[in-house]
Amino acid sequence: MNPSMITSPAIFSVDGMVGIVFLIMVAITVTGGLIACNSERLVRAVAGLIVCFVGVAGLYYFLNSPFVAMMQILIYVGAVAVTISFAIMLAAPEEQKKVGSGGPLVGPFGFATSALLTGSLSVLVIKTDWKSFEKINSGTIKEIGLNLLTSYSMVFELVSIVLLIAILGALVIARAGREG
Amino acid sequence: MSMLTLYNNINTFLILGALLLGMGVYGIVTRRTLIGMLIAAELILAGASVNFMAFNRFTAPDPVTGQIFALFIMAIAAAEAAIGLSIVIAVYQQYKSIDAEDTVQLKG
Repeated sequence: MNPSMITSPAIFSVDGMVGIVFLIMVAITVTGGLIACNSERLVRAVAGLIVCFVGVAGLYYFLNSPFVAMMQILIYVGAVAVTISFAIMLAAPEEQKKVGSGGPLVGPFGFATSALLTGSLSVLVIKTDWKSFEKINSGTIKEIGLNLLTSYSMVFELVSIVLLIAILGALVIARAGREG
Repeated sequence: MSMLTLYNNINTFLILGALLLGMGVYGIVTRRTLIGMLIAAELILAGASVNFMAFNRFTAPDPVTGQIFALFIMAIAAAEAAIGLSIVIAVYQQYKSIDAEDTVQLKG
């Protein structure tokens, strides 16, 4: 561990600004997630999901992978969230767009379950001493492309087949109840 | 450890992943509509991706593996969302409701 990680940088230095941007990204992620799992209306939950995904894309940028960050915005914000909002418009009648709770006990017990899960995982994370290894390549987009077409080419092809079958299956299932 | 150097620490990212997982579990447990549950499931998948990317950046010797795994998680999540939403639409056509408690019959 080098000394710059222990001493705190000044707020208006480059390192300090990077730290502030990271904290903003963390705040965006957590706020979006809270909106997505707490809001009363489904449309607002989808909006919270979009905010959360943008924050997660920022986190990926901080993890040295701008390509995955761009793909996150392209696929999740551009495709998945739009699909979910179309499904809300197609499926939910107006009075059901509110999400009531399932009973008086669901909220507290659900909160206790998730808080226990998060808390125990966080304690586990802090107590573990994570070892780091020497990097064998730089992890750039070029390396990703080379690996996708050599080591992981079989998985790459299989994922495309899975996506094709999923799209066909989705069309067949959603069309089944319709006349003509 | 200062607040401004948190991005250089694996614990920050792993705890964020755990937080996303917790919010997703809370959403799945408390939501009544099927679409709400699907949104919460997307949160859980995002948490898993953050975990993979954190290990990829801080511990793994090959920094490509985690990124490729995150890309595959995205592809599977897109397939899952498409199938899940078409099932929701089919359920809505059958029952005129997307409440998880109304869909109690196995054979429509």
